Amino acid sequence: MTLLEEESLKLTEVQRLEGHTDRVWGLAWNPATGADGVPAVLASCSGDKTIRIWQQRSPSSTSFDCKAVLEDTHSRTVRSCAWSPSGKQLATASFDATTAIWEQNGSDFECVSTLEGHENEVKSVSWNASGSLLATCSRDKCVWIWEVLPGNEYDCVSVLQGHTQDVKMVQWHPTVDVLFSCSYDNTIKVWADDGDSDDWHCVQTLGESNSGHSSTVWALSFNSTGDKMVTCSDDLTIKVWDVDIISLQSGDGNASWRHVCTMSGYHDRTIFSVHWSKEGIIATGAADDAIRLFAQSQDHSVDGALYKLLLKKEKAHDMDINSVQWSSTGNRLLASASDDGTIKIWKLESF
Amino acid sequence: MTLGLINANPIVREKKERITRTDAHLHCDDHEAVDPLDIYDILSIFQFLVRDIRDPEHPYSLEQLSVLSEESITVDEKLGRILISFTPTIQHCSMATVIGLCLRVKLKDCFPPHFKVDIKVAPGSHADEAAVNKQLNDKERIVAAMENPNLRHLVDECLHSSEL
Repeated sequence: MTLLEEESLKLTEVQRLEGHTDRVWGLAWNPATGADGVPAVLASCSGDKTIRIWQQRSPSSTSFDCKAVLEDTHSRTVRSCAWSPSGKQLATASFDATTAIWEQNGSDFECVSTLEGHENEVKSVSWNASGSLLATCSRDKCVWIWEVLPGNEYDCVSVLQGHTQDVKMVQWHPTVDVLFSCSYDNTIKVWADDGDSDDWHCVQTLGESNSGHSSTVWALSFNSTGDKMVTCSDDLTIKVWDVDIISLQSGDGNASWRHVCTMSGYHDRTIFSVHWSKEGIIATGAADDAIRLFAQSQDHSVDGALYKLLLKKEKAHDMDINSVQWSSTGNRLLASASDDGTIKIWKLESF
Repeated sequence: MTLGLINANPIVREKKERITRTDAHLHCDDHEAVDPLDIYDILSIFQFLVRDIRDPEHPYSLEQLSVLSEESITVDEKLGRILISFTPTIQHCSMATVIGLCLRVKLKDCFPPHFKVDIKVAPGSHADEAAVNKQLNDKERIVAAMENPNLRHLVDECLHSSEL
């Protein structure tokens, strides 16, 4: 981290991916790609009801080509997408109230399963670390947990009720089977099971009364070790939370998340997306068309700031930025998706 | 609407007499370039909005119902931002979100796409002011609402009335 602070950093646009005919909502880098000589693969989803698969021309190239367009399955906006940990399945959540599971068959992708159950728009989908569980959330205020069974079967094991408004995003913890959801009701909820049963329940609610957000929480992301979480909101702030990771891993139910700090004044419109890179850089994308990068500060004595702004990129897009995602490998590539219908690939460079 | 009217007896005011500025009006169907100055002209934005949007419940314009006036519109030309603050006819108006959608669709169709639009109810004009304002500006809910065939139909009806 010290290294990062001493470097002069530059975020350079390396490519603009065009093809979607409506706003681009979500992005997901395939975790099984981008290292060991395998070209990186990125999925994007859009208001045009399609998902596009983009592939790096070669492992060292910064050029991406559209390899597939997944269409004629969702009948409304595709709001988010997520690769399974193995990179073999892609899950897509749509306003048509369904979640689709796709598999690559040669150069084509086919929809192998459709998960139905939510009453209306599905907004987010997330796989747990082992790929054995899937979570979805919806405007119907519910979070569903699905068990992944052989033969592309998905069984709903729990319907979690607790949020009082639509649920914007679900995200599994990177190492432990604990689920997080954030909502239009301004809270983040933490869900866990009893260890040996499918009895899932809310174990913590992070709201305004415990230093939480004062408006819609749009997204959350974890650092690589999973002892810290970052959240972003319509209240124009970014908040960092931490937990005793040993206690969390022991599963004794005593692990509780604690507010560490709030970063405000960096975006002046809704912050839609936040993503923590493996090497510790937090990227944010917002409705002010800008991208910001933050990192933990080593020197607390200067002004007491625990996190500092590394870089700001004004006018990163022509319109709102809906998603920012770091590549899962250490290649320092960042992808951003916007209402302007484009995706941009950025390279973080030091000079 | 098959349900009873939410505000059965609205106060209707006369349309203000204005010199029609046909040369300055905004129209998205016009393919010739819009004079860049015109989009910042409050009067032409106002005339453009009230000309084409009627109340969801009544055959009157938003101006006749005092929902919208020239003072409702603020444009920050430099930042590319527009703020519309409208006044629902009654404190409990459940049509407020539909009026908000109409204004947003109308503005989106005709302004450069990078413009940021904020739509609010005038302070003190609605019983659930904070909740209505939050909903009016949640992008995801707006998109979902416009993909909903019933809501889309209602908005289209408000936007394409030829009576005015």
